[in-house]
Amino acid sequence: MGTFGFLKKKSEDSAENHNGDRGFLVFENTSEVIQAENLLKKKGWEIRVMGPPPEIRTGCDLVIEFPLIEELKITKTLQEAGIPPLQTVPVSSPLLKPVNLFQTKDFGKYLMVQAANMKLTVDKESLTIVNISGGGCPDVPYLAEQMVGKVLNQAPSPLEIGHTLCGYALQLAYEEMKRRCLQS
Amino acid sequence: MLAIVGTVPNPDFPMVTGKVTLENGDILIQGRRVTVKRGTPALLAATIKTGEALGQKEPYAYLIGDIGSGEGSQRLYQYLVKDLKQKNFNNIVFHYLQPHIGWHSRIQSVIQKMTSKPILIADAGFMYVAKMSGRSSAYDLFTPDLGELAFLADELAPHPFYTRGFLLHEENRVPDLIARAYQHGNAARYLLVKGEKDYIANKDGIQAVIDSPMEEAMEAIGGTGDTLSGIVAALISFGMELKEAATMAAQVNRLAGFYAHPSPGTQVSEIIPHIPKALEDILKEQRELIQ
Repeated sequence: MGTFGFLKKKSEDSAENHNGDRGFLVFENTSEVIQAENLLKKKGWEIRVMGPPPEIRTGCDLVIEFPLIEELKITKTLQEAGIPPLQTVPVSSPLLKPVNLFQTKDFGKYLMVQAANMKLTVDKESLTIVNISGGGCPDVPYLAEQMVGKVLNQAPSPLEIGHTLCGYALQLAYEEMKRRCLQS
Repeated sequence: MLAIVGTVPNPDFPMVTGKVTLENGDILIQGRRVTVKRGTPALLAATIKTGEALGQKEPYAYLIGDIGSGEGSQRLYQYLVKDLKQKNFNNIVFHYLQPHIGWHSRIQSVIQKMTSKPILIADAGFMYVAKMSGRSSAYDLFTPDLGELAFLADELAPHPFYTRGFLLHEENRVPDLIARAYQHGNAARYLLVKGEKDYIANKDGIQAVIDSPMEEAMEAIGGTGDTLSGIVAALISFGMELKEAATMAAQVNRLAGFYAHPSPGTQVSEIIPHIPKALEDILKEQRELIQ
């Protein structure tokens, strides 16, 4: 390493956002935090309990830091255990909200709904899911294999079999598609 | 040699590494067969088809099963950190992997120590983690769609799911989004933005726009972004400059789609067989232009 090599290393390290893939789970009270911590640790997730950042602080509360990508699976696990979080937010920017805009494209025979990076397309007549595109997490190809070719209200939902934030975005597109196609 | 790192949507698929071939539309690696639907298998199939037309050798792949739990990706990361030190790839594509900043950092650390730095392409989950880490500039090419471009342009978003509404993808905002992604250091040396029009850009702005043939249905077809990444990887591996390879890949992918007469219900496996003819036609057109 040259004379100033250590400076370069330090500057590379500081450029890296070390908590960009983490999120906070916010609960009603500390008792729920403790229950959730025990449950998630038992299931093998890498989590830790800590004080919340100022943006979401409400008192002497605690939050759980968790792998943000797995938000879908983790929140489902907590819901099933009867301790749903009040809020989930990214550590890097706790005021960000999940995407809530949908874009639709009508291809005539087919309708496509997009939520964030995920697109779901159905045949309007048979209500069969004909394609799923977009996304980058490894559950996307799996979700597509499980859902494509099935009728909208008989396909497994991403909430049931997905894990990641891409799965979550697909769930939103799926719910929006059902709202548009199944409600008369 | 070109290496492709990714996952297959089967939790029981073990970690396999080696050269990949294509047989009757399926990919074959170490005696294992994977049906091509979308994701990394589609990328590999497109790379092989492009490579065949150019007389290239088969790509080398690192594959493992992962359906979103991230377990497969973690095992693959662990293996890569050791194995990449012993290999000498000149082009590496990172694809559908569970984003994890710690592992991304370790992989980058290994790559930075290589005597000859490979050309690095990141798509899907690995592009997300490169951006989340604040290390996008370590890559030579990202291949986002418009939703992902908005994510790259949003300096706060840790994932496309949290992209702020005012940045969400409108085709006419592409130049602004590209500029914003570079402004905040969240883009690779080149971007190949796939959409109604495909854009090739770098820090100086848009370098090329490819908008024909136009098949609106392509947007709905899962895996057409994977084939685009696979084609560009093969062209770069063939020795093309990045900008030229990205431009040609966009042309070939669009033309292959056009030859498949697609509808929004078409599957990407119906498009992949048209890649060699599309490439041949684009190359022929280029030769005629030169003469």
